[in-house]
Amino acid sequence: MQLSREALIRAYRQMKTIRMFEERLHDEIALGEIAGFTHLYAGQEACAVGVCEHLGPKDYIISTHRGHGHCIAKGCDVIDMMKEIYGSRDGLCKGKGGSMHIADVGVGMLGANGIVGAGAPIAVGAGITAKSNGTVSIAFSGDGACNQGTTFEAMNMAVVLKLPVIFVFENNHYSEHTGEAYAVGAESMTARSAAFGMKAIKANGIDFFSVHEAMRELIEWCKGGNGPASIELDCERFYGHFEGDPQRYRGPGELDRIREERDCLKTFRARVTEAKLLDGTELDRVDAEVTDLIERAVAEARSAARPTAAQVVEDVYINY
Amino acid sequence: MAMKMIRDVIRDTIDAEMARDDSVIMLGEDIVGGNGSAGGPEAIGGIWGTSGGLWAKYGADRVIDTPISESAIIGAAAGAALTGKRAIAEIMFADFIGVCMDQIWNQVAKFRYMFGGKSRCPITIRMPYGAGFNAAPQHSQVIHQLVTAMPGLKVVMPTTPADTKGLLAQAIRDDDPVIFLEHKALYGVKGEVPDEDYVIPFGHARQVTQGDDITILATGMMVGLAENAAADLAQDGIGCDLLDLRTTSPLDEEAILDSVERTGRLLIVDEAPPRCSLATDLSALVAQKAFASLKSPIEMVTAPHSPVPFARELESAYLPSPDKIVAAAVKLMSYRRG
Ligand SMILES: Cc1ncc(C[n+]2csc(CCOP(=O)(O)OP(=O)(O)O)c2C)c(N)n1
Ligand SMILES: [Mg+2]
Repeated sequence: MQLSREALIRAYRQMKTIRMFEERLHDEIALGEIAGFTHLYAGQEACAVGVCEHLGPKDYIISTHRGHGHCIAKGCDVIDMMKEIYGSRDGLCKGKGGSMHIADVGVGMLGANGIVGAGAPIAVGAGITAKSNGTVSIAFSGDGACNQGTTFEAMNMAVVLKLPVIFVFENNHYSEHTGEAYAVGAESMTARSAAFGMKAIKANGIDFFSVHEAMRELIEWCKGGNGPASIELDCERFYGHFEGDPQRYRGPGELDRIREERDCLKTFRARVTEAKLLDGTELDRVDAEVTDLIERAVAEARSAARPTAAQVVEDVYINY
Repeated sequence: MAMKMIRDVIRDTIDAEMARDDSVIMLGEDIVGGNGSAGGPEAIGGIWGTSGGLWAKYGADRVIDTPISESAIIGAAAGAALTGKRAIAEIMFADFIGVCMDQIWNQVAKFRYMFGGKSRCPITIRMPYGAGFNAAPQHSQVIHQLVTAMPGLKVVMPTTPADTKGLLAQAIRDDDPVIFLEHKALYGVKGEVPDEDYVIPFGHARQVTQGDDITILATGMMVGLAENAAADLAQDGIGCDLLDLRTTSPLDEEAILDSVERTGRLLIVDEAPPRCSLATDLSALVAQKAFASLKSPIEMVTAPHSPVPFARELESAYLPSPDKIVAAAVKLMSYRRG
């Protein structure tokens, strides 16, 4: 299905925002500006955006430790996210969660998550709500998380309860330093998902259009009351597992090659300009706007209010 | 004697135990690191640097890299231990105990008892733990209070390189299940380690400083903070008897009670939140068994009743510190009855 110009620009803007957000964080972390563990999403933008462009605020997603891209794609405020990663009291989570726990339940983003495999069961619960709303619930997981027992339980339960849950497996071929080839025992993640009794497909995670088309079909399927579905997205991560990872598990030239040949932003630009759907200057304009946005986000985050000791014990409960 | 960091002592001790006893195996996520990648096995060698080279030396049947599956890691280690192996399992961050709690609590801890004393499950579960890295609520916690409360488990919290060697060797050779807690902030701590083979039996605290005014009890990263505080207090003429408990189960009650009977004052430093904790447990012990010796109420410096926050300012406010310990000590000393 042909997307409108507005829709194409919007998708590009989202992907570009994620890319520049992450590239900037990479630099800021190297300067020692940011505390804690940060896992960058760059490289996988077409996955988050290809999925989330179908969703509204009453659709739910749950994310992973590598959550910035999912947050941006689902509509979390970019400046508030940056403030959170900087640990400001004005951050999206008041500096309590940081990169690994960014969430905005109000926009249907049920959180990045520090526990691998914790997301899928929660997405099943959001699927119960989604079923009553006529919406869908999406669990983002990696090729590593797909081996966690919690993920298996969630998939089976979603089938048993016929819930509108879509298990999105972003296969970037590594869980930390271990290759998918070692850790996923099944012939393929897609085949394993199918064995749970759900519709299971695979798409090209570096091609926005491939992800977007496939997701349209799956969302219709789920909303049609057919139960859950799963999609495996073949993609790449452009940085280390976490910032500071020496990546010695990569082959010689591997990173250069994937950045050159498997970059979803380059692919998108080539596709829409060659097909004359958009021209390069329109995309350049988006690039400039996003550059400004990220610049502003970092400037605001750097000077944002810091939390105080009294805040440590705030928000443990609503009422105690 | 050699100067070594705790992380290297752990690796070397596992190496020595694997060499000594063919039945010792090790399981964990990324403990080999690089399997299934172009870089190949040992490309990384464990994210904590505690298992480098072991796969190359002992092979994939004994140094087992696992998928991300904590329940299966502990279950598999338990099953192997129940059937004749001596298993070392690594849970990458102690926080992930949540994923495999059943295997630890209902299985490993209870086999011996449920089976009428007719089984052995020699398993050492190693878990890096603790705050100090702005790693946020799910990667910064202490869990000693949970596992110490579980009958059937022994709980070890080493703080020096020399202790790490003797306690880890004891853990691996022990026929009971042992939770071996490695504070992430202590991995880089260096110290002299005797070359010869030795074990340190469980249930014996280490006297860190001696003094007659206050007994301070601490574990893990808290020991170093308390040591700094004790040095400050000594300058003001306040003598601290600082005990590093080394194991919380079994607990060296004798050393604790002897010290409190001498000093009459107790200060407990604990990285855990204050409710149902090691601090409350120790305080109950002393209140019950050394009440008559106490010259003042027991003081505790603990984390607050909250998760571990992310931001730098919040995490440092959350954690005990030498200043907080000194303030509590001063309060203890200035207490007047009535
Ligand atoms: C329960 C649990 N086990 C282990 C980890 C440590 N860990 C964090 S991310 C990760 C790898 C996850 O791989 P994958 O699911 O493929 O996601 P990716 O990092 O590729 O995005 C591991 C092992 C964790 N955070 N939680
Ligand atoms: Mg992965």
